[in-house]
Amino acid sequence: MRNPRTGWLLLSPTLIILLIFGFAPFLYVLFVGFNQWNVFSADDGLVFNGLDNFRRLVFDDDFLHSVGLTARFAIFAIGSEIILGFVLAQMLTRNFPGKSLFRIIHTLPLMVAPIAVGAIWRLLVIPGFGPVPFFLDRWFDLKYQIGSYPDQALWTSVIMDVWHWTPFVTLTMLAGLSAIPKEPVEQAKVDGASRFQVFWYVTLPFLRPVLLTTVFIRIMDAIRTVDEVWMLAGGGPGTRFTGIYIWRVVFPRTDYGYGSSISLITLYLTIVLCWLLFIAISGRRKGEVE
Amino acid sequence: MTTTLRQRVWRLFVTYGFWIFTTIVTLLPIWWMFVVSMRSRVELFGRPNLSLSRFFVENYSNVLTDSAFQRYMTNSVVVSTSNALLVMGLALLATYALSRYKLTGRDNIFFWLITNRMAPPAAFLLPLYIMFTRTFRLGDWTLYDTQIGLILLYCVFNLPFAIWLLKGVIDGIPIELDDAAMIDGAGLWGVLRHVIIPLAAPGLAVTGILSWVFAWNEYLFAANLTSVQARTITTGLAEFVTVTGTNWGELAAMSMLTLIPSAIIVIVAQRYIVMGLTFGAVKE
Repeated sequence: MRNPRTGWLLLSPTLIILLIFGFAPFLYVLFVGFNQWNVFSADDGLVFNGLDNFRRLVFDDDFLHSVGLTARFAIFAIGSEIILGFVLAQMLTRNFPGKSLFRIIHTLPLMVAPIAVGAIWRLLVIPGFGPVPFFLDRWFDLKYQIGSYPDQALWTSVIMDVWHWTPFVTLTMLAGLSAIPKEPVEQAKVDGASRFQVFWYVTLPFLRPVLLTTVFIRIMDAIRTVDEVWMLAGGGPGTRFTGIYIWRVVFPRTDYGYGSSISLITLYLTIVLCWLLFIAISGRRKGEVE
Repeated sequence: MTTTLRQRVWRLFVTYGFWIFTTIVTLLPIWWMFVVSMRSRVELFGRPNLSLSRFFVENYSNVLTDSAFQRYMTNSVVVSTSNALLVMGLALLATYALSRYKLTGRDNIFFWLITNRMAPPAAFLLPLYIMFTRTFRLGDWTLYDTQIGLILLYCVFNLPFAIWLLKGVIDGIPIELDDAAMIDGAGLWGVLRHVIIPLAAPGLAVTGILSWVFAWNEYLFAANLTSVQARTITTGLAEFVTVTGTNWGELAAMSMLTLIPSAIIVIVAQRYIVMGLTFGAVKE
């Protein structure tokens, strides 16, 4: 009754668009990644250099540094987002007057364009008229200047990302929490489980797939973050994440071949990380069905 | 369980205390942007002041009467709306296929679809640029600097997300319902129209809303693959950061204006967003 051919037919427009606009550029990047190519140099030909780009990359301190920064950024930002998002979602499952108003307010940051998020936070932290450095200096006697202190720039990016993306986590968690059946929770309470035990043994296992999916999506997006951090700090020290490093290699330096190979490695690392999460998610789901 | 009045008051106090605190943290950056948008260039400097001193609307009137801004706004509306509709349609068909048909390697296809969202954008701009200016060309017409170019390109990051979201929703609709409709004589379109679409409505709504927002907010592709005619609002925003000095007041005013359409959508569609965001990870 269900002919696979019909299935392929339904899938084909999606596949065609993604093959043209997603896979074809990927093949191009893959090809250039094995070449040396400086777009604006005098002889603008591609020179095949095998794995040289990748060998160079392993010893490129700037690149390794950017990977470390990205990892720190992703871990701290996503970790805080998950915890905060869970707390907010848990609070939103209760009933109290004004609930929908608070829910709307807490969704707002998600809707701000990344480039505008960067602009807003730059306005907050810019020396001269931003309130953050002013009040930090006045109340805590803390010198705050993201252009000069890499650590402060990194933390500002993390806080900015948390501000921007916690609403997304809150919404998925809220969706996950409201889909948890009531009986097991009630049963556990009747059996005398403490609040923490209910959370740990009942809520969390039910929430696990939503949690992993959210982490997956956030990892995928955090690693390729460029525009908001760029707008915030202009690629200054402490915010040279991999995405921005690639940008700097490709554009101001026009070292296109090398930029491509960094992109490939980054993409590869992202895929491996996400594949592991994907197996964790789908494996769990299969187990439940069968 | 009986709770005393004191406990109840205390609980209320904690709840609202929590919400008021988080609301202030959430809104403070947006409030600051609003304050900046209400100030002239001169007023911005000096001691930072978080309160609104007066309504200085010149930044807004300058932005709103700018013909470039009007064009950017129209482009953004056209591009994100068409993209959201296209993504909803394609994702519905693709997800239905992945969910109901025994296709060879369908888990791998599904994962490959998602990987399209992971590409770091910087390196992928050049092949896309070449593709837009040279590959797709009909006489003088190229895909570069056209709305249709952006509409198709945005599918690359919106389709994976949409398919993932819908996959759970459609998997959750019992296949027996399809079968019942087919026995009653419904064809493929009948099943989609009378069974799948009504039951997947909240999921489809979220898919559309989030695709719209992601398309509305996209910057890097729009900035590099358009020049004049098809520029979108986010590229306009970035243009305010210039070498000669950023015009912060107008930048803030424009950011506020950019936020309004997405904020309205969220307020109107708030209910569906939560209903449809489970990613099918929880079976009801």
